[in-house]
Amino acid sequence: MTPDLDLVPFVPELVLVAAAIVGLLYEALARGPRYPVHLAVALAGIVVASGATLALWRYGGDPTVLAGAIATDRLAVLARLTVLGAAFCGLLLGTHAIERDPAAARGEFFPLLLFATTGMTLIVAAADLIVVFLALEVLSLSLYVLTGLPGRRAASEASLKYFLLGAFSSAFFLYGVAMVYGATGTTRIPEIANALVGRTGEQGLALLAAALLLIGLGFKVSAAPFHMWTPDVYQGAPTSVTAFMSAATKVAAFAALIRVFDVGLQALRWDWTPLVAALAAVSVVLGSVLAIAQADVKRMLAYSSVAHAGFILTGLTASNADGIGASLFYLIAYSAMTIGSFAVVGVTTTRGEDRTDLDAYRGLYRRDPHLAAAMALFLVSLAGVPPTAGFIAKVGVFGAAIGAGYVWLALLGVLASVAAAYVYLRVIVLMFMVEPEEALVSDPAPLPRIAIAIGAAIVLVLGLFPGLVTDLVRSAAVLRW
Amino acid sequence: MSADQLVFWIFAPIAVAGAIGMLLSRNAVHAALFLVVNLFCIAVMYLLLEAPFLFAVQIIVYAGAIMVLFLFVIMLLGVDRGDDLREPLIGQRPLAVILAAAFVVEIAVAVRAGIGFATMAPEGFDAVNRDGNARALARVLFREYFLPFEVTSLLLIVAAVAAMVLAHRRARAVTQAELERLGLLEPPREEAPSP
Repeated sequence: MTPDLDLVPFVPELVLVAAAIVGLLYEALARGPRYPVHLAVALAGIVVASGATLALWRYGGDPTVLAGAIATDRLAVLARLTVLGAAFCGLLLGTHAIERDPAAARGEFFPLLLFATTGMTLIVAAADLIVVFLALEVLSLSLYVLTGLPGRRAASEASLKYFLLGAFSSAFFLYGVAMVYGATGTTRIPEIANALVGRTGEQGLALLAAALLLIGLGFKVSAAPFHMWTPDVYQGAPTSVTAFMSAATKVAAFAALIRVFDVGLQALRWDWTPLVAALAAVSVVLGSVLAIAQADVKRMLAYSSVAHAGFILTGLTASNADGIGASLFYLIAYSAMTIGSFAVVGVTTTRGEDRTDLDAYRGLYRRDPHLAAAMALFLVSLAGVPPTAGFIAKVGVFGAAIGAGYVWLALLGVLASVAAAYVYLRVIVLMFMVEPEEALVSDPAPLPRIAIAIGAAIVLVLGLFPGLVTDLVRSAAVLRW
Repeated sequence: MSADQLVFWIFAPIAVAGAIGMLLSRNAVHAALFLVVNLFCIAVMYLLLEAPFLFAVQIIVYAGAIMVLFLFVIMLLGVDRGDDLREPLIGQRPLAVILAAAFVVEIAVAVRAGIGFATMAPEGFDAVNRDGNARALARVLFREYFLPFEVTSLLLIVAAVAAMVLAHRRARAVTQAELERLGLLEPPREEAPSP
């Protein structure tokens, strides 16, 4: 078999790797002030990769290329664009963090973020479990280092924790891949689907594989009970990195989960949807309840991220185009909300990582009305109140779950949303109805404000005119293989 | 006795002796060198089993690169530093004995099941290997799995960058106050009043 060397569906990754390597060489060779050039190179890489991805929307070639390793469907295109958008905002936030604290700054931030992005765009397009695993490792390794980059104690500890638990989850995933190979004799996801379809009788090995793969990916999307690392890592990592990884990792891991389960293990969907529903129920309840007890905004948003992983899993219990579409919409909306809110956390005070407690938000409206308004918008959207993207997204996933017969799960989700609303409203009350106690100043730097504006615009536009993207999401939810 | 068997009976005892020597030697460097002997003999076994590519890889990668890394690490950590024999976790030793026994049983069962199995080549073995074993491996690696192969190199780049970023912390400017606190610098003495 000669591979069809159609590299077009792989161009986004090639561009990103090229930009990362240019950044590495520049860091090694250049002298003097370097961050503007780094930022320009990285942004150029992301913009060109986005263009190359957009061109793939109308790609008419084979469903998989490069010897079955890369899928060319629209799920890959849409998920890649979301990841690249998150990386764009992450770069703006990271550059600002470097400007604010040049002593702790490392130029490797830019190439590492691009490598992480490469892993993420690769995993959403991977049609071979070996490529899925390698992409998972590329993105995880980069994120471990990005987490520990500032070298502060909290960051190093978070990095080590993330590394240990991440390596553990990778082992689960790899064991699952081995079981799939044992059951079907292949690691290519479409071929796995074909091998399982006509099979009757004993499916023990394939079911074991499904459970192991779900555990491995469950760690990465931080679904409970595999969420243990999330609060510590989100809190310990630099806020700019937290913003990037909370959004982009979730999109990447969920897109991989959709491809592995809704294509590869489609024949077993009656067996794995109850598992997904159980994970969703535990995540939604634990995430919402534990978020209430947090006094640190980053920890609070981390638990909220666990709850949102549960909501997205709720949509995936409907193993059809409706469910996938609803989950994709949720992922896009969640990315905008979470990046926006972490961006606000980064500039609420000029003291950065030192002040992420809730007290710093007392009377934020008096100090900086624009920032308070943006934060309120993100929190309202996270709570799922109309007219924001979060509301439309929640309606979509609950509808898909009810359509698939999981009415109890949808009810549980609604109840958890009500409980979680307390968490978000508490911060809004602090910002608007309490007088400031300390003389804190919010950071007026322009770069994070751009990221906040992008996030706020997406949250509002998707909330008011969801019709703009529903067609795109619907056509991306039809998997081609 | 055929030539195959002659070679086997020369190298197998050396391999076993190398393994035992590795376990019994007190000096870490000697243990590593015994392991090299063992790996070389195993490589010869691969050659006997008509796997020339594996033979070369075993010598280049295991006996060569990885053992050199081992020696580097041993030297960096200090050859003659005594090992701490206290157990930080309770129950490790009995657990190790049980697991080792289970492993021996597993190997015995596998060997018992494998007797007679190795005399026949797997189905389609000759067809796959028609141009030689190395070429057959290359065909799979660089055609069907060439993208995973390339992504692995990306992973190695990331790992190398990651290791360097974490290990090589830029020297921070140390302030005078910190030096004083650490006792590395005497506090500025007051000028003695001149007569």
